[in-house]
Amino acid sequence: MEGISLNSFLFVGAILFVSGIVCMATKRNLIGILMGVELVLNGANVNLVAFSRYSSIGIDAKFIALFVIVLAAAEAAVALAIALSFYNNHQTIDVDQADELQG
Amino acid sequence: MTIPQILFYIFALVTCGGAIAVVVSQNVVRMAFWLIVSLGSLSGLFFMAHADFVAGAQLLIYVGGTLVLLVFGVMLTASGAQRQLKMSPADGFLAAGVGTVFLTIIMSTVISVDWDGVSKTLTGEVVSQKIPTGYNKGEEGNTIRRLGLGFLGIRADKDLGAPEDKKISTGYLLPFEIVSIHLLVVLIGASYLARAKRKVAPRTN
Amino acid sequence: MPSILGASTIAEYLEESWNSSPGLAMAIAAIVHVTMIMGLFGLIPMVFIWMERKVAGRIQDRLGPTRVGGRFGWLQGLADGIKLIQKEDLCPKEADPFLFKMAPYITCVAAICGFIVLPFSQGWGSVASDIGLFVLFAILSIEVVGIILAGYSSGSKWSLFGGMREAAQMVSYEIPLAICGLVPIVALGTLNFSEISAVQRGWASNWMLFHDPFTFITFFVYFIVATAGCKRAPFDLAEAESELVGGFHTEYSGMRWSFFFMAEYAAMFLVSGVAVILFLGGWNSGIGFVDSFIDDVVRPSGPSLGIEGFVLGSYIANLIGLKIMLIKASLLVFVQIWVRWTLPRLRIDQVMTTCLKYLIPISCFLFLGSVLWPVVLSTTTGKTTLFDAVPLGDRFQEQVERTNSEPVKPILKKEETKQDKKPAHSNNSAGSQETVSLITE
Repeated sequence: MEGISLNSFLFVGAILFVSGIVCMATKRNLIGILMGVELVLNGANVNLVAFSRYSSIGIDAKFIALFVIVLAAAEAAVALAIALSFYNNHQTIDVDQADELQG
Repeated sequence: MTIPQILFYIFALVTCGGAIAVVVSQNVVRMAFWLIVSLGSLSGLFFMAHADFVAGAQLLIYVGGTLVLLVFGVMLTASGAQRQLKMSPADGFLAAGVGTVFLTIIMSTVISVDWDGVSKTLTGEVVSQKIPTGYNKGEEGNTIRRLGLGFLGIRADKDLGAPEDKKISTGYLLPFEIVSIHLLVVLIGASYLARAKRKVAPRTN
Repeated sequence: MPSILGASTIAEYLEESWNSSPGLAMAIAAIVHVTMIMGLFGLIPMVFIWMERKVAGRIQDRLGPTRVGGRFGWLQGLADGIKLIQKEDLCPKEADPFLFKMAPYITCVAAICGFIVLPFSQGWGSVASDIGLFVLFAILSIEVVGIILAGYSSGSKWSLFGGMREAAQMVSYEIPLAICGLVPIVALGTLNFSEISAVQRGWASNWMLFHDPFTFITFFVYFIVATAGCKRAPFDLAEAESELVGGFHTEYSGMRWSFFFMAEYAAMFLVSGVAVILFLGGWNSGIGFVDSFIDDVVRPSGPSLGIEGFVLGSYIANLIGLKIMLIKASLLVFVQIWVRWTLPRLRIDQVMTTCLKYLIPISCFLFLGSVLWPVVLSTTTGKTTLFDAVPLGDRFQEQVERTNSEPVKPILKKEETKQDKKPAHSNNSAGSQETVSLITE
């Protein structure tokens, strides 16, 4: 780990986070949006692991990172179930079509 | 350049390149592929940051579980292998611009914070001096026993030797149990939501 | 917890004996490990494809390969490889060319990476991770992604069906696989392959297979699930020739096609190796006096080989362990081949029923049983193991003491010499007990 600074890890986390945000904003496909969410969560995870490595927060950050991973899996399962249900009713997963509750 | 540095830059490049390729790709299955590449090499970064168990969990749950689920979802929603996600060029430029600005803000924040100073005022330790040599020497990455005990509510590093009145366990037993119940609820809820709707023929008699 | 195994790594050897820089030593060690793993990945499919042909031939009352490379057709695998390299690399018009070309690599990389954490003898593994089993299961679960992508990107109906079946099958079978892997872990309390194998030293009654009735049943359940996980017959629905032409690899040709096959055979060997380490005593022979002869007489004897505390005897002992491990794993692979050519293929709904309705409840029951077993056994009979075998904790303690008491063991000597040479760095070497790495001559 010689010569790898905390900032390098944080930069990787930042790029993942921003990619995820842009992905969520631009994709119309429900599953594409889901992938953006995964990227954002992973960006957060990189920061947690980096701080666990470099600062005194220690192992607590790893606990939180594990919770993030597990909850992200749960989130993906539910979101995918919603996508499938939406597809069954509308024959598409374009989120722009989901405007029935629009006033 | 030391070997760990080279390894770090390879993994970091693949991670970031994969993440950007996810955004740029116009095809859902290719997006999933790049996400796999990105998250897989991210777990390599976790290994380098001495978080072996988190890296293993990343591989098992994200790459082996969640992403298989996503590809499965792509198949079931019949998006088609050749189907392109359309995005107008104007939208693309707007998104790229906003993303770049956002990234610049985050990065300038990261650079402007004096992490050594913050760490020193909080704990008296200096971040940049906590640099061991080599990969995973000793017990650095072998965190599984401490993690396991922590999930059972025992924190060997904090509970032992603490003053009598401060012996409140800082473990994660309650969150762990809540998460396990949450997963059960998700399991039932997701399978209820995604169930195949049976068409019941109207009774005619 | 003290580590059972102390062995110097290639990197440490280079640093100390040749005074090379840490970076260079690490790079050379990495290259050696990668070369050996890649060689293994090339060799294993070659041997087992030949074995599969011979066994299939015998079971179907014919001879199998007889000409290439001598009387028994030893070089049939190599000849197949040369033929496949020469073939044209086709990509169908309907396919997504990029994903179509990348999919075999994902499968292949996953199978290769599995060997990183699998040790072959005491200390002979690339990375001695404390979570070896966990990482191995994680890496094996990536393999399916490549197969799904291959099926999906081929642009063919047969491939798509194969990919879908594979996805459903693998996602389901990963659950009992993980639970079955946990059953011996509950008794052992470690995920480190080296430690798991070391406590099974001695007579075969020390093996986890005979630890309690639950681990005994778990071994067979694990083997069934692992066979399904490698998509071997009778669970090879992803490539069912009679229904799907070739399944997920219908459209592939040449080397890309053979990458899938190499990955399949490597995965068969991997799961068999895991079964050997978890249940069948790893690189211990299972005969008490042989094991103690190897460890007490052979290991410390012989002249030093230049690496501190590493003598010729320990190399020979490790080599014997490697052979025992390879023979056991090959026997399990042989059983997988035998099953393939004997049993008819299941239907896809039967495959899913077997997993979801039978294997998952059975493995959950076994898991619960193995958790309760020590309590029940010690309250009813007062013993902690069946067959009056030595309790696991005592075995572990014995290994730790044996490792620490041996005069030629590297850790103690190295610490002394390190302190003599450069006292400033003595803190760093304290942790090196945990880092076990592949030693090559």
